[in-house]
Amino acid sequence: MKHETIEKNATLLLILSFLLVTVGGLVQIVPLFYLQNTIEKVEGMRPYAPLELAGRNVYIREGCYVCHSQMIRPFRDEVERYGHYSLAAESEFDHPFQWGSKRTGPDLARVGGKYSDEWHREHLSNPRNVVPESIMPGYAFLSAKEIDPKGYGRNLAALNLTINNGNGAMYRPEDLDNAEADLVAQATGEQTEGLLQRYPKAVARNFDGDPRITEMDALIAYLQVLGTMVDFSTFKADMSR
Amino acid sequence: MVTKIEKDEISGTPTTGHEWDGIRELNTPLPRWWLYTFYGTVIWGLAYTIAYPAWPLLNSATPGILGWSSRGALEEQVTAARAAQQANLDKIAAMSVDDILKDPQLLAFAQAGGAAAFKVNCVQCHGSGAAGGVGYPNLNDDDWLWGGTPDALYTTLRNGIRYTANADTRDSQMPSFGADAILTPEQIDDVANYAFSLSGGKADAAKVEAGKSVFAENCASCHGEDGKGGRDFGAPNLTDGIWLYGGSLDQVKAQIVKPRMGVMPAWSHRLDDATIKELAVYVHSLGGGEAAGATTQ
Repeated sequence: MKHETIEKNATLLLILSFLLVTVGGLVQIVPLFYLQNTIEKVEGMRPYAPLELAGRNVYIREGCYVCHSQMIRPFRDEVERYGHYSLAAESEFDHPFQWGSKRTGPDLARVGGKYSDEWHREHLSNPRNVVPESIMPGYAFLSAKEIDPKGYGRNLAALNLTINNGNGAMYRPEDLDNAEADLVAQATGEQTEGLLQRYPKAVARNFDGDPRITEMDALIAYLQVLGTMVDFSTFKADMSR
Repeated sequence: MVTKIEKDEISGTPTTGHEWDGIRELNTPLPRWWLYTFYGTVIWGLAYTIAYPAWPLLNSATPGILGWSSRGALEEQVTAARAAQQANLDKIAAMSVDDILKDPQLLAFAQAGGAAAFKVNCVQCHGSGAAGGVGYPNLNDDDWLWGGTPDALYTTLRNGIRYTANADTRDSQMPSFGADAILTPEQIDDVANYAFSLSGGKADAAKVEAGKSVFAENCASCHGEDGKGGRDFGAPNLTDGIWLYGGSLDQVKAQIVKPRMGVMPAWSHRLDDATIKELAVYVHSLGGGEAAGATTQ
């Protein structure tokens, strides 16, 4: 077929352009769904506990991702500063993921356990109290906003819809039924047996020092779990990646 | 459209053969250098996909004949950097902090390493200039709660302060004189005025007088009879005008009613020994470091 024929025939040009883009797209995208080595299973990942999930929702609502990334790239400078590089599987239960594309503030992928709850409280209330040169806005109002645990299971159920066209099972029926109790247990540190059974190694305590369950509790609970689920002392990296 | 390619008389270049209202267009060929560069980039692109991981196959992508992987590259970089530092790190791990301070070459290395580790791990509380803040001590001055000798700093860094996960952590607790009703509100008012006056604060003279005996009975065991503090308990010196939780009379009083007590993590749980020693060296050289064996209050 002469090139001139294609150029002079709008319909033919459109069909052939469409074919080209389709093939190019398929070659780039499809392999990611079937290539086994793009999916790395790691031990220790679990869905967010209800309180952590509530904190994640605050994180998303307040747009923290605009300034903070949650992905440590496999570069020496990042690994030396933030810790082990992020694994794809660590975003397994992030819908949507919070990788971010810009770091005005530091990466938060492994901020869990790095600072005390009190530090987070102080820092979120007024970042200048602990980091004088910080330009981060204050979020003191989170301490005043209470979270109503009633019906919290529906938040979990909503996330189930994000996996396998809604047939996924990020949260099991028992998780949904116990969401309210789990949320309260994690924010108070009391009666945590069920919580720990459903969400192994979940950290439960009164995060903000206030007897009420506030968004401050939730956000700190979320920050304290970030990057802590995988035990890197036993993780063996597949070096072919 | 009629296509009639002909040679342009002036330039000698063929035309495209199209004619619009008597206007014709030259079909000047691309410059050779441009064309070959373009072919070159095509070949380079293909070669790149052979050298590096690229083409998806049935179970995995082609690994590339160079065997490169992002994780492998990182490992190599980290290993190379460690190897370059290893001799110094080994020496540091084997020496006491005090001896590192006496070795100029190691001192420079440890200060640089300590400064980097400080920026990652310590600035969040102590500030990027190590000047601290309310509740977080200033590390530039010569006022130390638990001691400013190389060994004292090393111990504090290793084991932390009131860090329950570490069995050897530095620990002490100031009683809640008000919240637990150990003293009456009047007594607290008196002793707060007395403590405030020790640093030259403006206090009520009568209350200062009355607070003296309260201080001797309740506070002197940790803060010392003269109020100069006690490092065995991390009890602050009350006479130097440096207040960890605020320097107003009300803030001093609040600290007696229901004291806040800082927690510092035990870094031995997170950092290796050489890094902790580097941090001790760095903090020691910030300005307030005390000579080894110094026992001054």
